[in-house]
Amino acid sequence: MTAKTDLPQGTLDLLILKIVALGPVHGYAIALRLLRVSGDVLQAPQGSLYPALHRLENRGLLSAEWKATETGREAKFYRLTEKGRAQLETETANWQRLTDAVGLILRLAAGEGEAQ
Amino acid sequence: MTWWNRLLRKQQMEEELDKELRFHVDQYIDDLVANGRDREQARREARLALGGPEQLKEDCRDARGTRWAEDLWQDFRYAVRTLRQRPGFAAVALLTLALGTGAVTVMFTVINSVLLKPLPYPQPERLVTIWAKTEKFGESWSIAYPDFLDIRGSLRGIERLAAWSYNGGGTITEPGDPAWLLGREISSNLFSVLGIPLERGRAFLPDEDRPGGAPVVIIGHKLWLSRFGGSAGAIGQRLVLDGQPRTIVGIAPAGFQLGGEVDLFTPLGPDTAPRMHNREAPFLPVFGRLRASATIAQVQTELTVIGHNLAAQYPKSNTDRSFLVYPAQQQIVRDVRSTLWLLLGTVGLVLMMACVNVASLLLARAVSRERELALRVALGAGRGRLARQCLTESALLSICGGIIGLAIAAIGIRPFVALWPDGLPRADEVRLDWHVLLFALAVSLISGILFGLAPALRAPKVDLEQALRAGARAVTGTSRRLHSAFVGAQIALAVVLLVSAGLLGRAMLRLSSVDPGFNVHNVLDARATISTTTLSDPARMRAAWQDFLDRAQRAPGVRDAALTDIVPMRQGVNGLDYWTSPDMPPLNRRPIALSTSTTPEYLAVMGVPLLQGRFFDLHDRLGGEPVIVIDEDLARHAFKGGDPVGRPLWVPDLSPGPVRVIGVVGHVRYWGLAGDDDAQIRDQLYYPFAEVPDGLMRLFSGFMSIVARTDVPPLNEVEALQKAVRGATGDQVLYDVSTMEQLASASLARQRFLLVLFGAFAGLALLLAGVGIYGVLAYLTSQRVPEIGVRMALGASGGDVMRMVLRQSLGMIFSGAVVGLIAAVAAGRVLQRLVAGVQGTDFVTTAIMLGVLVTAALAASFIPARRASHVDPMRALRQD
Repeated sequence: MTAKTDLPQGTLDLLILKIVALGPVHGYAIALRLLRVSGDVLQAPQGSLYPALHRLENRGLLSAEWKATETGREAKFYRLTEKGRAQLETETANWQRLTDAVGLILRLAAGEGEAQ
Repeated sequence: MTWWNRLLRKQQMEEELDKELRFHVDQYIDDLVANGRDREQARREARLALGGPEQLKEDCRDARGTRWAEDLWQDFRYAVRTLRQRPGFAAVALLTLALGTGAVTVMFTVINSVLLKPLPYPQPERLVTIWAKTEKFGESWSIAYPDFLDIRGSLRGIERLAAWSYNGGGTITEPGDPAWLLGREISSNLFSVLGIPLERGRAFLPDEDRPGGAPVVIIGHKLWLSRFGGSAGAIGQRLVLDGQPRTIVGIAPAGFQLGGEVDLFTPLGPDTAPRMHNREAPFLPVFGRLRASATIAQVQTELTVIGHNLAAQYPKSNTDRSFLVYPAQQQIVRDVRSTLWLLLGTVGLVLMMACVNVASLLLARAVSRERELALRVALGAGRGRLARQCLTESALLSICGGIIGLAIAAIGIRPFVALWPDGLPRADEVRLDWHVLLFALAVSLISGILFGLAPALRAPKVDLEQALRAGARAVTGTSRRLHSAFVGAQIALAVVLLVSAGLLGRAMLRLSSVDPGFNVHNVLDARATISTTTLSDPARMRAAWQDFLDRAQRAPGVRDAALTDIVPMRQGVNGLDYWTSPDMPPLNRRPIALSTSTTPEYLAVMGVPLLQGRFFDLHDRLGGEPVIVIDEDLARHAFKGGDPVGRPLWVPDLSPGPVRVIGVVGHVRYWGLAGDDDAQIRDQLYYPFAEVPDGLMRLFSGFMSIVARTDVPPLNEVEALQKAVRGATGDQVLYDVSTMEQLASASLARQRFLLVLFGAFAGLALLLAGVGIYGVLAYLTSQRVPEIGVRMALGASGGDVMRMVLRQSLGMIFSGAVVGLIAAVAAGRVLQRLVAGVQGTDFVTTAIMLGVLVTAALAASFIPARRASHVDPMRALRQD
């Protein structure tokens, strides 16, 4: 079993938006996909998933409807709204910029260390 | 889903949340089982992964964004429930608050309508009024006609300037029955200055507002309805006023008032009275409209220059006379402003007491609920949440109280306005509007926050452990201090109100027993008119008045009657300047005497005592030597203790030469029982009506009155008297009939009105203070039961315990009374300045009122003290 890292603050929303962007999906599937795409490294406590989903729904970034799953049970499926898509793009860009900047700093620091 | 939907469809939201989470758990379990896990173990793992379901649900609910509204609703229902648990407390609190807000709202409604709301004319802020000011008489609304014409001619900052005179009514003989109607003389542009369109017809033309202008009249709306049936044909019809036929040119709009509700308007210019040319005779209120480009300050500068010029041009009359401009609204309500603010301040005190009372009740409850609150904190309730809950409860109380208070105000406002002495200016405009609504709401909310704050701030402070351990029995020092402060504040407020009411009561008592200077019993007074057919000829007017008097004296029930131009304590005065030698100082240095023109019977009718010499008789008439009778005050001022009888006085308005003093009579309180002491004109003189010169007969005939002494209560004789004086032509009438007793009583109307109000407020304050101190002491003692139990077990007697509780109460009363006394001294000063006859510092009254209060407060503390002394020590000790 690999050591699991907690999600950095504020990234859960971004991940949820990214996952939902792939198509309508219910909460359990999101939880599974979160686990899978993050390669079992990032641990989203399932307890914080649902409040986050509801918060995003209330902000109008997600919309939800009740539909039957393949097994025939009713589940709440989330989909991305127009607003959500726009939000996802800005957030992704922000995230990209942030990681680039952090990476740059880390590389720089590493380079200095080697120089000594 | 919108915010509202989320809020209103809470049930559905909850179900869906539950379903969604269940789906998650079930799927998880299924997946684990599919991976070969045992079902029971799978269930446990699923639980662990998701966390506690209730906590999770709470987090999801928070995410909904409707949380605060739901909490509010929950708090609201909780508040309703707690209030209903103790209906007695709720009723007392609501009633207290309702009375407080109701009283404040009534006062604010009046202030809003009378002082704050703009006048009901277009562009009311440009409407100004011009006043005259002299060193001797201060500011006055009245302007002399020649001054008015000069100001109008040269004032550029004013677009139009209008004047009107209280004169102008008269007897109309056609159409319909003869009747005396109230009228005003107005300048032609009055309606356009006020910005009021006529109901029908037109205003006066400038040509009609000049000497010799065409005889025209504008009639009031009521007269139009009653005499002309509201027909359009009234315009152009003939109306005979005081014997002179006039053409009706216009109808005034309904509800239009000009110093009262008026039936007739006639042009001012054609008036031939001598005062129209006399700069020393101011009698006109003057209104104008500011030009759009001008400011009040500019107009004032112009007026100052005009005043200087007039003084230089006419030094005899205009020396020291300056002119002032004011916004019209400010001046119309000038007399009542102080009374209104005084009353608002007073009801504000009552409201404060109500708040303090409810606050102490709430606090007492909050403290006894300490254990419950501590328990709820222990179970996870946020402290902010608890404070909010306390505030919700007080807000609920205050808003309900406010609504009831608003209802009280809606019902009470009319009777209150009707009770106002001398009529409130703009009384017809007084009504509840959205300003009042907002005010009442704001007052309720603010008072709710005020009285809810103490308990709410307490709530989060509750020391968990201590509270849970000690239970509700321990009263902390802060709580006791806070309660003492509440009681002290109430006592202080009550002292202020009680002492104020006491001062007013003392003033009333003193003034009611003041000697008015004449016998007010069984005297009837009424304004009188002679037949309009005689009004063109002075000799015939003289004869008509003599005939009128003879008829009145012969009327059944009348013992004696006299004619007079002014009547004590009634509106309308006449001041004449006098001097003791022929070389008189300038007008503004000369003393003035209140002058009564009357017939010889006057002294006997009124019962004024003759002190020296004689009163005039039938031989003192025009052509003989001019004589006057003076009162004791004038005698003292003019002759400094010497014998005045036979001495000459110079009264330029009566005679170019000297007039001889033939007698001295007692001083009559012309200015009312209360107002006479502070009146500017106190000297009085009497001169024979028979000596009024021919040129003034027409003017005097317009304002003569009759006074009659009767054998029976005078109001029973009115009809007989009216019948007796009607005369051969049937058009001689009496109007404005009253008795001297009524006038004397009316002269104290303001004092009585304030006394009634202050008395009511003081009573209320006493009651509130009593309830407050009772509540607080009952609570504090109930908290001390175990302590009292210990004391008694250790040998304290019931009496000791009672003394202990009473001592605690006395301490609170004393500190409140000291603060209250200081405030009461200030309040007394204010009252003395604003209400004639009140003496600001009165130790006896203050002592009595303080005694009343302390007695009431001690009586209120007696019940809890007694209860404490009956504590059974064994039971008290076992209780905890």
